[in-house]
Amino acid sequence: MAVANDPDPKLAEYAHPERLVTTEWLADRLKAGTSDDGDLVVVESDEDVLLYETGHIPGAVKVDWHTELNDPITRDYVDGRRFAEIMSERGIGRDTTIVVYGDKNNWWAAYALWVFQLFGHPDVRLLDGGRNKWIAEGRETTTEAPSPATADYPVVERDDSRIRAFKDDVLAHLGKPMVDVRSPQEYSGEKLHMPDYPQEGAVRGGHIPGAASVPWARAAAEDGSFKTRAELEAIYQQEQGLQPSDDVVAYCRIGERSSHTWFVLTYLLGFDRVRNYDGSWTEWGNAVRVPIVQGEERGSA
Amino acid sequence: MSGSTDPGTLPPQLAELVDDFAAVGPKDRLQLLLELSQELPDLPERFADAASTMEQVPECQTPLFIAVEVADGEAGEGGSDPAARPVHLYFSAPREAPTTRGFASIMHTGLDGQPAATVLDVPDDFYTDLGLAEAVSPLRLRGIAAMLARIKNQVRAAIT
Repeated sequence: MAVANDPDPKLAEYAHPERLVTTEWLADRLKAGTSDDGDLVVVESDEDVLLYETGHIPGAVKVDWHTELNDPITRDYVDGRRFAEIMSERGIGRDTTIVVYGDKNNWWAAYALWVFQLFGHPDVRLLDGGRNKWIAEGRETTTEAPSPATADYPVVERDDSRIRAFKDDVLAHLGKPMVDVRSPQEYSGEKLHMPDYPQEGAVRGGHIPGAASVPWARAAAEDGSFKTRAELEAIYQQEQGLQPSDDVVAYCRIGERSSHTWFVLTYLLGFDRVRNYDGSWTEWGNAVRVPIVQGEERGSA
Repeated sequence: MSGSTDPGTLPPQLAELVDDFAAVGPKDRLQLLLELSQELPDLPERFADAASTMEQVPECQTPLFIAVEVADGEAGEGGSDPAARPVHLYFSAPREAPTTRGFASIMHTGLDGQPAATVLDVPDDFYTDLGLAEAVSPLRLRGIAAMLARIKNQVRAAIT
């Protein structure tokens, strides 16, 4: 790997410390000017489409999930050709180390990182604590948009088989471990959408039979960074009984919050096989003849 | 203009904004929205405790509060016809939500000070002519429709 890992002791506890960097590590690296050599590109990916323009980490480029990674016509992600264009325009090559960060505890950053992984980008890391932590620490921001030299990203075919689950995969998975990362009210079916968020059109409330309720935010510390490995093991392993060897499916409403949990289980706790069901409740809650459970109990299929 | 709204039904400032957005490409539309977000006026002191005195718009992805005041007829503004009384709009949205602030600023620039009847006549889908769906995504645009609906509800309640 071209760019050394962040040796931070908290990160070293995680199963894959190479997938995370601290704000301090990134600030030091940017100060040293080594990001100019093209082997590291910082990517901001936010819920708010204008937040990057109000000020961002110096040198960071923007990738918007809604308008760029998503293909609204097919309700799918972009293909390999378009992905190569998006990366190349931002000066990102296949060997570039990418550090992703964003607002809302890195929800959309984790979602972008997950999409980058569908294309198998070798070295992509998340900034622990995201945009909020960077700003809260008073670190430098700029409104100056970088103009990176175009890179030559190869056209890579997207691989949906490893970390992505479709509705039929979930039907076949019923009875095996699943994590519903939405709020308790969405899980029980009391509410059809996130508190304070728009209704996105599910006709039924509830959860997929057998799914454990572990709201995504339980993995986050107060400053938005991830909890320590011991704290995360206490939640997902001791409390919920999941094992790193389990085949796990995570879902939420449209797949953004479950990308956060997918990241936690895969890279921080070292689970072998975790898939994100991006159709999530907007698909399952509307699908004809698929089973659901209402109330606080997990239930079974 | 590619839209379907009859420009005659929009108050002049709002029609002008729609024209400004329609005249440029998607990237410049975002820039325009950003500039508008920076022009949203601060809340008057009397709304300092926003959560208790203003109406929340949960359709926006970020906390947004609106307050609508229709000038008192007896104070002289607008005379005796309630539909002619001017509407005043107040918004509260955090700095880290520039898109929501931009939408609020479109409402403020386009509708503040207009007669109640003019505000009620704004077509509910006027925002489609801003051409923001491509630049912002349709999902994010829902907030602006909800904002107009809530403003109209409050205006209706104030004049009847």
